[in-house]
Amino acid sequence: MLLRRRPDIQSSEITDEATYLRRREFIKLAGGAAFAAAAGSLSAACGSDLDARSGEPGGQLAFANIKPRVIATDEPQNTYEQITGYNNFYEFGTGKADPARYAGGLRTSPWTVKIDGHCAKPADYQLEDLIKPLQLEERIYRLRCVEAWSMVIPWIGVPLSSILKRAEPTSKATFVEFTTLNRPSEMPGLASPVLNWPYVEGLRMDEAMHPLTIMAVGLYGKPLLNQNGAPMRLVVPWKYGFKSIKSVVRIRFVDRMPRTAWSEANAGEYGFYSNVNPDVDHPRWSQKTERRIPGLLKNHPTLMFNGYGDQVASMYAGMDLRRFY
Amino acid sequence: MRAARLAKAVLFAGALVPAVLLAWALLRAPERLGINPAETLQLETGIWALRFLLATLAITPIRRLTRWHRIIQFRRMLGLFAFFYACLHLMTYVVLDRYFDFSGVWEDIVKRPFITAGMLAFVLMIPLAVTSTKGWIRRLGRRWQLLHRLVYFSAAAACVHFIWKVKVPVGEPVYYAAILGALLLFRVVYQFRRTGRMPTRRSADL
Repeated sequence: MLLRRRPDIQSSEITDEATYLRRREFIKLAGGAAFAAAAGSLSAACGSDLDARSGEPGGQLAFANIKPRVIATDEPQNTYEQITGYNNFYEFGTGKADPARYAGGLRTSPWTVKIDGHCAKPADYQLEDLIKPLQLEERIYRLRCVEAWSMVIPWIGVPLSSILKRAEPTSKATFVEFTTLNRPSEMPGLASPVLNWPYVEGLRMDEAMHPLTIMAVGLYGKPLLNQNGAPMRLVVPWKYGFKSIKSVVRIRFVDRMPRTAWSEANAGEYGFYSNVNPDVDHPRWSQKTERRIPGLLKNHPTLMFNGYGDQVASMYAGMDLRRFY
Repeated sequence: MRAARLAKAVLFAGALVPAVLLAWALLRAPERLGINPAETLQLETGIWALRFLLATLAITPIRRLTRWHRIIQFRRMLGLFAFFYACLHLMTYVVLDRYFDFSGVWEDIVKRPFITAGMLAFVLMIPLAVTSTKGWIRRLGRRWQLLHRLVYFSAAAACVHFIWKVKVPVGEPVYYAAILGALLLFRVVYQFRRTGRMPTRRSADL
Protein backbone atom coordinates (compact mmCIF):
# COMPACT_ATOMS: atom_id res chain seq x y z
CA MET A 1 0.00 0.00 0.00
CA LEU A 2 1.32 3.40 -0.92
CA LEU A 3 0.94 5.90 1.83
CA ARG A 4 0.98 9.52 0.92
CA ARG A 5 0.79 12.32 3.37
CA ARG A 6 1.42 15.98 3.18
CA PRO A 7 4.68 16.83 4.93
CA ASP A 8 4.04 18.46 8.29
CA ILE A 9 6.68 21.06 7.65
CA GLN A 10 6.60 23.31 4.64
CA SER A 11 10.16 24.16 3.65
CA SER A 12 9.23 27.84 3.95
CA GLU A 13 8.54 27.28 7.63
CA ILE A 14 12.01 26.02 8.44
CA THR A 15 14.17 28.75 9.82
CA ASP A 16 17.51 29.03 8.11
CA GLU A 17 20.57 28.24 10.16
CA ALA A 18 21.88 31.80 10.54
CA THR A 19 18.65 33.23 11.83
CA TYR A 20 18.34 30.20 13.99
CA LEU A 21 21.65 30.85 15.69
CA ARG A 22 20.89 34.50 16.32
CA ARG A 23 17.47 33.87 17.77
CA ARG A 24 18.71 34.11 21.33
CA GLU A 25 19.84 37.67 20.73
CA PHE A 26 16.54 39.09 19.70
CA ILE A 27 13.89 36.88 21.16
CA LYS A 28 12.99 37.35 24.75
CA LEU A 29 10.44 35.56 26.74
CA ALA A 30 7.89 38.11 27.82
CA GLY A 31 9.08 38.81 31.34
CA GLY A 32 11.64 36.05 31.76
CA ALA A 33 10.20 35.53 35.19
CA ALA A 34 7.13 33.99 33.61
CA PHE A 35 8.94 30.73 33.08
CA ALA A 36 10.51 30.68 36.50
CA ALA A 37 7.15 31.40 38.09
CA ALA A 38 5.50 28.68 36.08
CA ALA A 39 8.21 26.18 36.88
CA GLY A 40 8.11 27.14 40.53
CA SER A 41 4.45 26.45 40.90
CA LEU A 42 4.80 23.20 39.04
CA SER A 43 4.98 21.06 42.13
CA ALA A 44 1.85 22.75 43.42
CA ALA A 45 0.08 21.87 40.21
CA CYS A 46 1.14 18.27 40.46
CA GLY A 47 -0.24 17.96 43.94
CA SER A 48 -3.67 18.82 42.71
CA ASP A 49 -5.66 16.22 40.88
CA LEU A 50 -8.06 18.86 39.71
CA ASP A 51 -5.39 20.69 37.81
CA ALA A 52 -4.04 17.57 36.25
CA ARG A 53 -7.48 16.35 35.28
CA SER A 54 -9.11 19.55 34.19
CA GLY A 55 -8.03 19.09 30.60
CA GLU A 56 -8.27 22.85 30.24
CA PRO A 57 -5.41 23.98 28.05
CA GLY A 58 -3.95 27.35 28.88
CA GLY A 59 -4.97 27.55 32.51
CA GLN A 60 -3.36 29.82 35.06
CA LEU A 61 0.00 28.14 34.66
CA ALA A 62 0.23 28.93 30.98
CA PHE A 63 3.58 30.07 29.63
CA ALA A 64 3.79 33.52 28.17
CA ASN A 65 4.85 34.02 24.58
CA ILE A 66 4.79 30.67 22.89
CA LYS A 67 5.30 30.65 19.16
CA PRO A 68 2.30 28.59 18.06
CA ARG A 69 2.36 25.63 15.68
CA VAL A 70 5.97 26.01 14.58
CA ILE A 71 5.70 22.46 13.34
CA ALA A 72 2.27 20.89 13.44
CA THR A 73 0.24 18.01 12.17
CA ASP A 74 -3.43 18.44 11.37
CA GLU A 75 -4.31 15.10 12.89
CA PRO A 76 -6.63 15.36 15.90
CA GLN A 77 -4.72 15.91 19.12
CA ASN A 78 -5.06 13.64 22.09
CA THR A 79 -6.70 15.17 25.12
CA TYR A 80 -4.74 16.52 28.06
CA GLU A 81 -6.24 13.76 30.17
CA GLN A 82 -5.02 11.05 27.80
CA ILE A 83 -1.53 12.49 27.53
CA THR A 84 -1.14 12.92 31.28
CA GLY A 85 -2.91 9.72 32.33
CA TYR A 86 -1.28 7.05 30.17
CA ASN A 87 2.49 7.02 30.46
CA ASN A 88 5.52 4.79 30.51
CA PHE A 89 7.85 6.19 33.18
CA TYR A 90 9.21 3.14 34.98
CA GLU A 91 10.80 5.24 37.70
CA PHE A 92 7.25 5.51 39.03
CA GLY A 93 6.08 1.97 38.28
CA THR A 94 5.53 -0.21 35.23
CA GLY A 95 1.76 0.30 34.91
CA LYS A 96 0.48 2.92 32.50
CA ALA A 97 -1.43 4.72 35.26
CA ASP A 98 1.41 4.47 37.80
CA PRO A 99 3.24 7.67 36.74
CA ALA A 100 0.08 9.78 37.10
CA ARG A 101 -0.56 8.15 40.46
CA TYR A 102 2.92 8.21 41.99
CA ALA A 103 4.85 11.03 40.34
CA GLY A 104 3.23 13.83 42.34
CA GLY A 105 5.88 13.70 45.05
CA LEU A 106 8.76 14.53 42.75
CA ARG A 107 10.27 17.97 43.42
CA THR A 108 11.32 19.58 40.16
CA SER A 109 12.39 22.94 41.50
CA PRO A 110 15.23 23.78 41.77
CA TRP A 111 16.46 21.73 38.82
CA THR A 112 20.07 21.56 37.72
CA VAL A 113 21.24 20.11 34.43
CA LYS A 114 24.86 19.07 34.20
CA ILE A 115 26.29 19.51 30.73
CA ASP A 116 29.73 18.01 30.36
CA GLY A 117 31.95 15.79 28.24
CA HIS A 118 33.56 16.98 25.02
CA CYS A 119 32.55 20.64 25.09
CA ALA A 120 34.17 24.01 25.69
CA LYS A 121 31.75 25.14 28.37
CA PRO A 122 30.86 22.30 30.70
CA ALA A 123 28.75 23.55 33.59
CA ASP A 124 25.87 22.91 35.94
CA TYR A 125 23.02 24.94 34.50
CA GLN A 126 19.90 25.99 36.34
CA LEU A 127 16.89 25.01 34.27
CA GLU A 128 15.61 28.59 34.08
CA ASP A 129 18.96 29.85 32.82
CA LEU A 130 18.98 27.18 30.18
CA ILE A 131 15.46 27.80 28.85
CA LYS A 132 14.72 31.45 29.62
CA PRO A 133 16.85 32.94 26.82
CA LEU A 134 15.12 30.80 24.22
CA GLN A 135 11.86 31.23 22.35
CA LEU A 136 9.35 28.59 23.40
CA GLU A 137 7.72 26.88 20.46
CA GLU A 138 4.67 24.73 20.08
CA ARG A 139 5.40 21.49 18.22
CA ILE A 140 2.47 19.22 17.52
CA TYR A 141 4.07 15.83 16.99
CA ARG A 142 2.97 12.27 16.64
CA LEU A 143 4.37 10.06 19.39
CA ARG A 144 4.77 6.39 18.49
CA CYS A 145 5.45 4.02 21.36
CA VAL A 146 7.42 0.85 20.63
CA GLU A 147 4.42 -0.97 22.14
CA ALA A 148 2.43 -0.02 19.01
CA TRP A 149 0.21 2.71 20.38
CA SER A 150 0.43 6.35 19.44
CA MET A 151 -0.79 9.82 20.33
CA VAL A 152 -0.65 13.34 18.90
CA ILE A 153 0.80 15.77 21.43
CA PRO A 154 1.12 19.57 21.38
CA TRP A 155 4.50 19.99 23.05
CA ILE A 156 5.98 23.26 24.23
CA GLY A 157 9.74 23.32 24.04
CA VAL A 158 12.94 24.56 22.50
CA PRO A 159 15.16 23.00 19.85
CA LEU A 160 17.70 20.78 21.58
CA SER A 161 20.38 22.20 19.30
CA SER A 162 20.05 25.65 20.86
CA ILE A 163 20.75 24.16 24.28
CA LEU A 164 23.65 22.06 23.06
CA LYS A 165 25.33 24.87 21.15
CA ARG A 166 25.52 26.92 24.30
CA ALA A 167 27.96 24.38 25.76
CA GLU A 168 30.04 24.55 22.58
CA PRO A 169 30.60 20.87 21.81
CA THR A 170 34.02 20.08 20.35
CA SER A 171 34.69 18.04 17.24
CA LYS A 172 35.26 14.97 19.41
CA ALA A 173 31.60 15.01 20.39
CA THR A 174 29.99 12.47 18.07
CA PHE A 175 27.20 11.29 20.37
CA VAL A 176 25.14 12.84 23.14
CA GLU A 177 24.20 10.90 26.25
CA PHE A 178 21.21 11.89 28.40
CA THR A 179 20.48 10.79 31.96
CA THR A 180 17.24 10.84 33.95
CA LEU A 181 17.08 11.88 37.59
CA ASN A 182 17.84 9.02 39.98
CA ARG A 183 16.16 9.94 43.27
CA PRO A 184 14.72 6.83 44.96
CA SER A 185 13.08 8.83 47.77
CA GLU A 186 10.71 10.46 45.29
CA MET A 187 10.67 7.84 42.54
CA PRO A 188 9.24 4.61 43.99
CA GLY A 189 9.86 2.59 40.83
CA LEU A 190 13.62 2.83 41.33
CA ALA A 191 13.28 0.35 44.18
CA SER A 192 12.80 -2.51 41.74
CA PRO A 193 15.64 -3.42 39.39
CA VAL A 194 13.49 -3.29 36.27
CA LEU A 195 16.22 -1.47 34.39
CA ASN A 196 19.80 -0.67 35.20
CA TRP A 197 19.15 2.73 36.79
CA PRO A 198 19.58 5.55 36.10
CA TYR A 199 17.75 5.64 32.78
CA VAL A 200 20.16 6.61 30.05
CA GLU A 201 19.48 7.43 26.42
CA GLY A 202 21.56 8.71 23.56
CA LEU A 203 21.51 10.26 20.13
CA ARG A 204 24.05 10.62 17.39
CA MET A 205 25.25 14.23 17.18
CA ASP A 206 23.41 14.92 13.91
CA GLU A 207 20.20 13.51 15.38
CA ALA A 208 20.59 15.66 18.45
CA MET A 209 21.16 18.80 16.38
CA HIS A 210 18.28 18.08 14.01
CA PRO A 211 15.65 20.85 14.03
CA LEU A 212 12.86 18.36 14.81
CA THR A 213 14.55 17.31 18.07
CA ILE A 214 13.36 19.37 21.02
CA MET A 215 13.63 19.62 24.75
CA ALA A 216 10.02 19.92 25.89
CA VAL A 217 9.11 21.83 29.03
CA GLY A 218 5.35 21.82 28.58
CA LEU A 219 2.35 20.61 26.67
CA TYR A 220 -1.03 22.16 25.93
CA GLY A 221 0.50 25.49 26.94
CA LYS A 222 1.26 24.35 30.48
CA PRO A 223 4.44 23.18 32.18
CA LEU A 224 4.93 19.44 32.00
CA LEU A 225 3.41 17.34 34.73
CA ASN A 226 5.85 15.01 36.44
CA GLN A 227 4.41 11.92 34.73
CA ASN A 228 5.34 13.42 31.36
CA GLY A 229 8.95 14.02 32.37
CA ALA A 230 8.93 17.37 34.17
CA PRO A 231 10.59 19.73 34.17
CA MET A 232 12.41 18.99 30.91
CA ARG A 233 12.32 15.98 28.60
CA LEU A 234 13.60 15.09 25.18
CA VAL A 235 11.21 14.65 22.24
CA VAL A 236 12.52 12.89 19.12
CA PRO A 237 9.38 12.38 17.06
CA TRP A 238 10.75 9.96 14.46
CA LYS A 239 11.97 7.47 17.05
CA TYR A 240 10.07 5.17 19.38
CA GLY A 241 8.91 6.91 22.53
CA PHE A 242 11.47 5.42 24.89
CA LYS A 243 14.23 7.39 23.14
CA SER A 244 12.56 10.59 24.34
CA ILE A 245 14.08 10.49 27.81
CA LYS A 246 12.27 12.20 30.66
CA SER A 247 13.31 14.46 33.57
CA VAL A 248 16.82 15.02 32.21
CA VAL A 249 19.55 15.94 34.70
CA ARG A 250 22.63 15.36 32.62
CA ILE A 251 23.69 15.90 29.04
CA ARG A 252 27.11 14.54 28.14
CA PHE A 253 29.00 14.88 24.87
CA VAL A 254 30.78 11.61 24.17
CA ASP A 255 32.92 10.15 21.41
CA ARG A 256 31.33 6.72 21.21
CA MET A 257 27.83 5.30 21.10
CA PRO A 258 26.53 5.44 24.67
CA ARG A 259 24.94 2.44 26.38
CA THR A 260 21.22 3.00 26.67
CA ALA A 261 18.90 1.63 29.33
CA TRP A 262 16.65 -0.38 27.01
CA SER A 263 19.28 -1.81 24.71
CA GLU A 264 21.16 -2.87 27.81
CA ALA A 265 18.03 -4.55 29.19
CA ASN A 266 17.25 -6.34 25.93
CA ALA A 267 19.55 -5.65 23.00
CA GLY A 268 17.62 -7.98 20.70
CA GLU A 269 14.44 -5.96 21.06
CA TYR A 270 15.65 -2.38 21.51
CA GLY A 271 18.47 -0.98 19.43
CA PHE A 272 20.33 2.30 19.76
CA TYR A 273 18.64 3.94 16.77
CA SER A 274 15.08 2.73 17.35
CA ASN A 275 13.72 4.72 14.44
CA VAL A 276 10.03 4.10 13.88
CA ASN A 277 10.02 1.52 11.09
CA PRO A 278 6.98 -0.48 9.96
CA ASP A 279 9.23 -2.96 8.14
CA VAL A 280 11.26 -4.03 11.16
CA ASP A 281 9.02 -5.91 13.58
CA HIS A 282 9.55 -6.01 17.28
CA PRO A 283 10.38 -9.68 17.97
CA ARG A 284 7.09 -10.00 19.84
CA TRP A 285 4.73 -7.98 17.68
CA SER A 286 4.32 -6.39 14.30
CA GLN A 287 5.22 -2.71 13.93
CA LYS A 288 3.19 -2.30 10.72
CA THR A 289 0.18 -0.83 12.44
CA GLU A 290 -0.52 1.07 15.62
CA ARG A 291 -3.43 1.88 17.90
CA ARG A 292 -4.10 5.60 17.94
CA ILE A 293 -5.25 6.21 21.50
CA PRO A 294 -8.13 5.86 22.41
CA GLY A 295 -9.08 3.76 19.35
CA LEU A 296 -10.18 0.19 19.87
CA LEU A 297 -8.62 -1.19 16.72
CA LYS A 298 -4.91 -1.39 16.02
CA ASN A 299 -5.45 -0.37 12.43
CA HIS A 300 -3.62 2.94 12.05
CA PRO A 301 -0.78 2.40 9.55
CA THR A 302 2.66 3.07 11.02
CA LEU A 303 4.76 5.30 8.79
CA MET A 304 8.50 5.10 8.18
CA PHE A 305 10.24 7.48 10.59
CA ASN A 306 6.78 8.08 12.06
CA GLY A 307 5.95 10.17 9.01
CA TYR A 308 8.98 12.47 9.36
CA GLY A 309 10.98 10.76 6.63
CA ASP A 310 11.17 13.86 4.42
CA GLN A 311 13.05 15.61 7.19
CA VAL A 312 15.21 12.86 8.64
CA ALA A 313 15.69 10.01 6.15
CA SER A 314 18.83 11.60 4.67
CA MET A 315 20.64 11.12 8.00
CA TYR A 316 20.39 7.37 7.50
CA ALA A 317 21.19 7.20 3.79
CA GLY A 318 23.15 4.05 3.03
CA MET A 319 22.51 2.52 6.44
CA ASP A 320 20.93 -0.90 6.70
CA LEU A 321 18.04 -0.04 9.02
CA ARG A 322 17.27 -3.72 9.59
CA ARG A 323 20.68 -4.14 11.11
CA PHE A 324 20.75 -0.79 12.88
CA TYR A 325 17.24 -1.00 14.31
CA MET B 1 -28.58 -31.26 47.01
CA ARG B 2 -30.46 -27.98 46.85
CA ALA B 3 -27.66 -26.29 48.74
CA ALA B 4 -25.18 -27.56 46.18
CA ARG B 5 -27.27 -26.25 43.31
CA LEU B 6 -27.59 -22.90 44.99
CA ALA B 7 -23.84 -22.73 45.57
CA LYS B 8 -23.22 -23.51 41.91
CA ALA B 9 -25.66 -20.84 40.83
CA VAL B 10 -23.92 -18.29 43.03
CA LEU B 11 -20.52 -19.31 41.68
CA PHE B 12 -21.82 -19.10 38.12
CA ALA B 13 -23.20 -15.61 38.62
CA GLY B 14 -20.04 -14.48 40.39
CA ALA B 15 -17.79 -15.83 37.66
CA LEU B 16 -19.76 -13.86 35.09
CA VAL B 17 -19.33 -10.56 36.92
CA PRO B 18 -15.98 -9.55 35.30
CA ALA B 19 -17.33 -10.25 31.81
CA VAL B 20 -20.55 -8.37 32.49
CA LEU B 21 -18.68 -5.39 33.91
CA LEU B 22 -16.32 -5.28 30.94
CA ALA B 23 -19.17 -5.55 28.44
CA TRP B 24 -21.16 -2.90 30.26
CA ALA B 25 -18.19 -0.54 30.32
CA LEU B 26 -17.47 -1.15 26.65
CA LEU B 27 -21.01 -0.35 25.60
CA ARG B 28 -22.06 2.24 28.14
CA ALA B 29 -19.06 3.80 29.85
CA PRO B 30 -15.84 3.40 27.84
CA GLU B 31 -14.04 5.86 30.14
CA ARG B 32 -14.24 3.13 32.79
CA LEU B 33 -11.85 1.10 30.68
CA GLY B 34 -9.13 3.72 30.98
CA ILE B 35 -7.27 5.63 28.34
CA ASN B 36 -6.48 2.59 26.20
CA PRO B 37 -9.73 0.56 26.39
CA ALA B 38 -8.50 -2.14 24.02
CA GLU B 39 -5.50 -2.84 26.21
CA THR B 40 -7.70 -3.02 29.31
CA LEU B 41 -10.09 -5.48 27.67
CA GLN B 42 -7.23 -7.65 26.50
CA LEU B 43 -5.44 -7.62 29.82
CA GLU B 44 -8.55 -8.20 31.96
CA THR B 45 -9.92 -11.10 29.90
CA GLY B 46 -6.48 -12.72 29.85
CA ILE B 47 -5.92 -12.33 33.57
CA TRP B 48 -9.37 -13.73 34.36
CA ALA B 49 -8.71 -16.73 32.14
CA LEU B 50 -5.50 -17.37 34.04
CA ARG B 51 -7.17 -16.84 37.42
CA PHE B 52 -9.88 -19.38 36.65
CA LEU B 53 -7.29 -21.79 35.34
CA LEU B 54 -5.35 -21.51 38.59
CA ALA B 55 -8.57 -21.77 40.62
CA THR B 56 -9.33 -25.01 38.78
CA LEU B 57 -5.91 -26.32 39.67
CA ALA B 58 -6.34 -25.23 43.29
CA ILE B 59 -9.30 -27.54 43.83
CA THR B 60 -7.30 -30.72 44.35
CA PRO B 61 -4.81 -29.22 46.83
CA ILE B 62 -7.67 -27.65 48.79
CA ARG B 63 -9.46 -30.98 48.81
CA ARG B 64 -6.39 -32.79 50.11
CA LEU B 65 -5.60 -30.21 52.74
CA THR B 66 -9.11 -29.63 54.06
CA ARG B 67 -10.69 -32.98 53.23
CA TRP B 68 -13.63 -30.99 51.91
CA HIS B 69 -14.18 -33.48 49.11
CA ARG B 70 -17.37 -32.01 47.76
CA ILE B 71 -15.47 -28.98 46.52
CA ILE B 72 -14.72 -31.12 43.46
CA GLN B 73 -18.22 -30.39 42.16
CA PHE B 74 -17.17 -26.83 41.35
CA ARG B 75 -14.11 -27.75 39.33
CA ARG B 76 -15.75 -28.24 35.96
CA MET B 77 -17.46 -24.88 36.12
CA LEU B 78 -14.22 -23.11 37.03
CA GLY B 79 -12.44 -24.81 34.16
CA LEU B 80 -15.15 -23.88 31.69
CA PHE B 81 -15.02 -20.27 32.86
CA ALA B 82 -11.26 -20.32 32.27
CA PHE B 83 -12.04 -21.42 28.72
CA PHE B 84 -14.77 -18.79 28.40
CA TYR B 85 -12.42 -15.95 29.38
CA ALA B 86 -9.67 -17.39 27.19
CA CYS B 87 -12.11 -17.22 24.25
CA LEU B 88 -12.86 -13.58 25.00
CA HIS B 89 -9.14 -12.89 25.35
CA LEU B 90 -8.42 -14.50 21.99
CA MET B 91 -11.21 -12.42 20.47
CA THR B 92 -9.63 -9.18 21.67
CA TYR B 93 -6.48 -10.20 19.82
CA VAL B 94 -8.13 -11.42 16.63
CA VAL B 95 -10.61 -8.54 16.43
CA LEU B 96 -9.00 -5.51 18.11
CA ASP B 97 -5.34 -6.15 17.27
CA ARG B 98 -5.61 -8.00 13.97
CA TYR B 99 -9.13 -7.20 12.79
CA PHE B 100 -9.72 -10.67 11.33
CA ASP B 101 -6.45 -10.63 9.40
CA PHE B 102 -5.96 -14.38 9.77
CA SER B 103 -2.77 -14.52 7.74
CA GLY B 104 -1.36 -11.97 10.19
CA VAL B 105 -2.57 -14.11 13.08
CA TRP B 106 -0.90 -17.17 11.60
CA GLU B 107 2.31 -15.22 11.00
CA ASP B 108 2.28 -14.17 14.68
CA ILE B 109 1.73 -17.74 15.86
CA VAL B 110 4.63 -19.02 13.80
CA LYS B 111 7.03 -16.12 14.33
CA ARG B 112 6.45 -14.90 17.86
CA PRO B 113 7.02 -17.25 20.80
CA PHE B 114 4.88 -15.05 23.04
CA ILE B 115 1.86 -15.55 20.78
CA THR B 116 2.74 -19.22 20.20
CA ALA B 117 2.63 -19.83 23.96
CA GLY B 118 -0.72 -18.08 24.35
CA MET B 119 -2.23 -19.94 21.43
CA LEU B 120 -0.90 -23.24 22.77
CA ALA B 121 -2.50 -22.53 26.15
CA PHE B 122 -5.80 -21.92 24.36
CA VAL B 123 -5.67 -24.86 21.98
CA LEU B 124 -4.89 -27.28 24.81
CA MET B 125 -8.04 -26.14 26.57
CA ILE B 126 -10.31 -27.02 23.65
CA PRO B 127 -10.33 -30.83 24.12
CA LEU B 128 -10.75 -30.32 27.85
CA ALA B 129 -13.80 -28.14 27.37
CA VAL B 130 -15.26 -30.52 24.78
CA THR B 131 -14.82 -33.61 26.97
CA SER B 132 -16.07 -31.96 30.14
CA THR B 133 -19.55 -33.45 29.84
CA LYS B 134 -20.79 -36.45 31.83
CA GLY B 135 -21.12 -38.46 28.62
CA TRP B 136 -17.48 -37.92 27.65
CA ILE B 137 -16.25 -38.66 31.15
CA ARG B 138 -18.07 -41.98 31.02
CA ARG B 139 -16.95 -42.78 27.51
CA LEU B 140 -13.27 -42.03 28.16
CA GLY B 141 -13.08 -43.69 31.56
CA ARG B 142 -9.56 -43.73 32.90
CA ARG B 143 -8.24 -42.07 29.76
CA TRP B 144 -10.27 -38.99 30.67
CA GLN B 145 -7.97 -38.31 33.59
CA LEU B 146 -4.92 -38.76 31.46
CA LEU B 147 -6.32 -36.39 28.84
CA HIS B 148 -7.17 -33.75 31.37
CA ARG B 149 -3.60 -33.56 32.58
CA LEU B 150 -3.20 -31.32 29.55
CA VAL B 151 -4.43 -28.61 31.89
CA TYR B 152 -0.96 -28.46 33.48
CA PHE B 153 0.62 -27.73 30.13
CA SER B 154 -2.06 -25.21 29.28
CA ALA B 155 -1.53 -23.35 32.56
CA ALA B 156 2.24 -23.42 32.14
CA ALA B 157 1.94 -22.07 28.61
CA ALA B 158 -0.41 -19.35 29.84
CA CYS B 159 2.09 -18.25 32.51
CA VAL B 160 4.93 -18.21 29.99
CA HIS B 161 2.73 -16.20 27.61
CA PHE B 162 2.08 -13.61 30.33
CA ILE B 163 5.75 -13.35 31.32
CA TRP B 164 6.91 -13.03 27.72
CA LYS B 165 4.28 -10.40 27.06
CA VAL B 166 5.75 -7.77 29.37
CA LYS B 167 8.87 -5.79 28.64
CA VAL B 168 10.46 -6.76 31.94
CA PRO B 169 9.35 -9.80 33.95
CA VAL B 170 8.31 -8.25 37.25
CA GLY B 171 5.10 -8.09 39.26
CA GLU B 172 1.87 -9.82 38.31
CA PRO B 173 3.12 -12.24 35.63
CA VAL B 174 5.74 -13.54 38.05
CA TYR B 175 3.24 -13.87 40.92
CA TYR B 176 0.88 -15.97 38.81
CA ALA B 177 3.73 -18.19 37.66
CA ALA B 178 4.76 -18.64 41.31
CA ILE B 179 1.21 -19.67 42.25
CA LEU B 180 1.14 -22.21 39.44
CA GLY B 181 4.52 -23.49 40.59
CA ALA B 182 3.19 -23.96 44.13
CA LEU B 183 0.05 -25.75 42.91
CA LEU B 184 2.08 -28.16 40.80
CA LEU B 185 4.69 -28.68 43.49
CA PHE B 186 1.93 -29.65 45.93
CA ARG B 187 0.93 -32.50 43.66
CA VAL B 188 4.46 -33.81 43.35
CA VAL B 189 5.07 -33.66 47.09
CA TYR B 190 1.70 -35.21 47.91
CA GLN B 191 2.24 -38.08 45.52
CA PHE B 192 5.76 -38.64 46.77
CA ARG B 193 4.71 -38.74 50.39
CA ARG B 194 1.88 -41.15 49.66
CA THR B 195 3.77 -43.59 47.51
CA GLY B 196 7.41 -42.86 48.14
CA ARG B 197 7.81 -42.33 44.41
CA MET B 198 7.66 -39.40 42.08
CA PRO B 199 4.41 -39.17 40.12
CA THR B 200 4.26 -41.01 36.81
CA ARG B 201 1.87 -41.18 33.93
CA ARG B 202 -0.11 -43.74 35.85
CA SER B 203 -0.45 -41.81 39.08
CA ALA B 204 -4.10 -41.27 39.77
CA ASP B 205 -5.81 -38.32 41.35
CA LEU B 206 -3.26 -35.63 40.77
